[in-house]
Amino acid sequence: MPNFEYIPDDQIKEARQKQLESLSAGLDNLESDSGSKTSVSKRALKAIAPLAAVVIVLAIWQLLVILKWQPTWVLPSPAMVVDSLVQQYNQGLLVPSAINSLRRGVQGFAISLLIATPIGIALGLNANLRAIARPIITGLQQLPSVAWVPAAIIWFGLSDATIFAVILLGAVPSIANGLISGIDQIPPIYLRAGKVLGARGLTSITHIVVPAAWPGYLAGLEQGWAFAWRSLMAAELIAIAPSLGPGLGQMLDTGRQLGDMSLVLGAIVTIMVVGVLVERLVFSPIRQNTLRNRGLLHAR
Amino acid sequence: METTVAPVIEIKNLTKRYSESGPIVIDSLNLTIQPGEFVAIVGASGCGKSTLLNILSGLEKPSSGSVELNAKASLMFQESALLPWLTAGKNIELALKLSGYPPENRRARAQELLELVHLSHAYNQRPHELSGGMRQRVAIARAIAQDRKILLMDEPFSALDAITRDLLHDELIRIWEETGLAVLFVTHNVREAVRLGQRVILMSSKPGKIIRQWKIDFAQPRRIDSNDVAHFASAITDQLRQEIIRHA
Repeated sequence: MPNFEYIPDDQIKEARQKQLESLSAGLDNLESDSGSKTSVSKRALKAIAPLAAVVIVLAIWQLLVILKWQPTWVLPSPAMVVDSLVQQYNQGLLVPSAINSLRRGVQGFAISLLIATPIGIALGLNANLRAIARPIITGLQQLPSVAWVPAAIIWFGLSDATIFAVILLGAVPSIANGLISGIDQIPPIYLRAGKVLGARGLTSITHIVVPAAWPGYLAGLEQGWAFAWRSLMAAELIAIAPSLGPGLGQMLDTGRQLGDMSLVLGAIVTIMVVGVLVERLVFSPIRQNTLRNRGLLHAR
Repeated sequence: METTVAPVIEIKNLTKRYSESGPIVIDSLNLTIQPGEFVAIVGASGCGKSTLLNILSGLEKPSSGSVELNAKASLMFQESALLPWLTAGKNIELALKLSGYPPENRRARAQELLELVHLSHAYNQRPHELSGGMRQRVAIARAIAQDRKILLMDEPFSALDAITRDLLHDELIRIWEETGLAVLFVTHNVREAVRLGQRVILMSSKPGKIIRQWKIDFAQPRRIDSNDVAHFASAITDQLRQEIIRHA
């Protein structure tokens, strides 16, 4: 008799399977990214940095006022600007103006999104269509959409339609162009993988093309929003009628007519703050989330 | 080999050129693969291995000859090609969805497939959080999710380090034995071919045709550093070198 005991085949197989499983688990643990967290102080610095910028600007501004660089009707102090905003608020004008402008901006942006997305997909996927249409889109993107305000007023009168038309002409080209570049930058391997998995036509667009193009699309959406917000302000500044109700652009114009520099600056600050809030509260989290999910977020 | 079962792949006189006047990439190739068979193809660059897999998976059309598959094939690439916007589990679920698997069972089935490749804990992990070897295992699970009878693999382990590759050989053989898939495995690595295949096919380059086949009949699991593997591998390497010298 040889001096080893008999072990049944299935037991050997099972032991081998167990070993293989442990091997896999061990190697996985060795090779996996444990994921580094940014330190508390680093995160605190990131949160404070924008505030520091605001404080510096305010300090320089206040200093110029103290030095009497210009008379206060040309350069009012920060406190005077806050005061005029408080007055607007007390008269019940500030919040409705901001909300009304924001509503128009969001609605116009939503319509732009619905129009630009199919255009972007079609031009992104079809080279012939793109050759024909892209110069038009690029041309529209170069043109400041405020140039459309007189035309829109003649076409639509002093109505929300005028304002939406101007927003659309500002935002649609940006969104469409962003989506087209997003599609151009899709690594070919994802399209092949999609084909192999059986994604064709519309399924391919919804499951592969649009998610793969998302980073470029998102950049287009951010730029589209910025253009929509600017176009809106330009339109509100020019198209003023009781039927349109209050708005931040109108507030700016009121300030100009009254020669009230505090109100003008107050309106400008409000327009900026609303724009920054939308970026911080809507786009920035989406962008961070996208980068994190795709492993594109390095410790910066 | 006498069998009464119909082959899963039957290629007759397959020729491929990418344009009318272009060079012949694959030249009158004949190949039959039985259900559940593991066939490895080796060859130097330009032997049309990848083109062959693309034709079998329907990404390319043959120029002439016939290619008959009695089942659909899934294809795995050198890169895992996992979609980075989906978690490992959702990548598998997408494959299930696109092959018509009922929605209510998809999650459970995806979890099952992850267990098959020893990654049951990885459902919610993103591709970038996984190592190269783990990604390729998820890709195997995703390919199997399509419930095809044939698995085509285009140098799937060539970008991995030696330790990981060695382990994935064991895993692939285990999965092959568990699922009964027919596997057509393309590689540059002769030892890998002998380690894995029941049959190793050597292809010539420019144009690609089959030069010779070896039946590798010793039992799995094999070890890549065993004498048996080395013995076959050196014979195949000799022929491969002669083929390369022909192009000097």
